Amino acid sequence: MIPAIGLLVGVLAGLLLHPSVPVGLQPYLPIAVIAALDAVFGGVRAVLDGIFVDKVFVVSFLSNVVVAAFIVFLGDQLGVGTQLSTGVVVVLGVRIFSNVASIRRHLFKA
Amino acid sequence: MPDQKNDPTPPPAATPTPSSASPWRRLARAGAPRSTKAQVLGAVLALALGFAIATQVQQTQESGLESMRQDDLVRVLDDVSQRSTRLDEQVRELQAQRDALTSGANTSQAAIDQATKQLEALRLLAGTAPAQGPGIKVTIADPGQKVTSAMMLDLLQELRDAGAEVVQYGANRVVASSWFSSSGGQIQVDGQPLTRPFTVLAIGDKATMASALNIPGGIVETLRRAEATATVEQLDTVRIDALQSPRTPRYAQPVPEAGTPAASPSSASSSPTTTK
Repeated sequence: MIPAIGLLVGVLAGLLLHPSVPVGLQPYLPIAVIAALDAVFGGVRAVLDGIFVDKVFVVSFLSNVVVAAFIVFLGDQLGVGTQLSTGVVVVLGVRIFSNVASIRRHLFKA
Repeated sequence: MPDQKNDPTPPPAATPTPSSASPWRRLARAGAPRSTKAQVLGAVLALALGFAIATQVQQTQESGLESMRQDDLVRVLDDVSQRSTRLDEQVRELQAQRDALTSGANTSQAAIDQATKQLEALRLLAGTAPAQGPGIKVTIADPGQKVTSAMMLDLLQELRDAGAEVVQYGANRVVASSWFSSSGGQIQVDGQPLTRPFTVLAIGDKATMASALNIPGGIVETLRRAEATATVEQLDTVRIDALQSPRTPRYAQPVPEAGTPAASPSSASSSPTTTK
C-alpha cells in the first residue's frame, strides 16, 4: 500500500517538477528504470511466494539499478553501448515477464 | 503491480488472517500500512522509481539530441547529411528547371515580339493598316485629260524605285496587287475611278522621292509633255488612311515547309501590277 502510494507520489512529483536529467546520467536512467521495475516485480512475486524479505528486496533493487547502469557504462566505454543496452533490456524484460507470469498464477490461478 | 490489490479486497487492513490464506490477502497484508523499516524503504524506493519513470518519459518525449549516444548521434548525423545532399540535388534540379522555364518564357516573348513586328510590316505592305511618316504629296493637274494609266503606273514605279513604302492614289491604297486601267478618259485604280486633279501620297525618303520624280526625263517631265502639271510637296508627316481589304488567294498555295523566309518589308519594285 505504502509503496504504491510512494510510486504514485513519485510519478506526480516527476510530472510536476519536470526535472531535467543530468547529461552524465542520461544513458543510464532508462536501463536503471527497467532494472528497478524488475526488482519490484520480483519483490511482489516474493510476497506471493511467502519468501519476501525486505532486506533482500532493498538490496536487489539497488544492486539491479547499479549493475544495469554499470553494464551500460561499460558497454559505452567498450564501444558496444547500444548493443549492450539492448541486451540488458532483453534480459530484464524476460525476467519481468516470468515474474509477472508467476504473480498471475498466484493471483488468478491461471 | 501493487495497485491490483486494491480491487478485490475492499478492506485490506481488516483481514488479519495468517499468511497462508489467499494470495490476495497475503499481498494486502504485505502492503498494509505498517511503520516497519521495510515499508519505509520500499516506499522510498518506489517513490524514486516513479520519479525516475516520469522523468525518463518526459525526457524521451522531448527527445533532444543531447540524450543520444555517440553511435546514434553519428547515425543521425549521417542521415541528416544524406538528406541535405538529397535536398541540395533537388534544389539544383529545381533551379535548373526554373532557369529553363524563365529562358523559355523569354524566348517565347521574343518570338511574340518578332511576330508582332512582322505582322505590323505585313499589314503596312498589304494595306490593311493606316500608316504615317515623312513623305511627299504629288498633285497632278490634268486640264487636257491627257494623263494615261501608263503614266500613273510609271509614277508608281518611280516612287517605289525611290523607296516609297506606302502609296495612296486618290482615296485608294496601292498595294502589290493593285492595277491601273483607263476607260473613256477616266483612270481607275483597282477599279475605282480617280478624280482630277490627281493626288498621290507616298511615305518614304521624301528628298529621294522628290528628286526621283523631278529628274530630267523623269515622270514630271513626261507629264509636262502631256500638258499636265505635277507639283511635288515634301511633307514631314504624311498620313495614309485608305485601306485595302485583304484578299484570300484562291489558287496560290504556300509551298509547304521550305523554311518560309519572312517576307522582307522592302523590295516591292517588281509588283504584278497590270496596265493597259
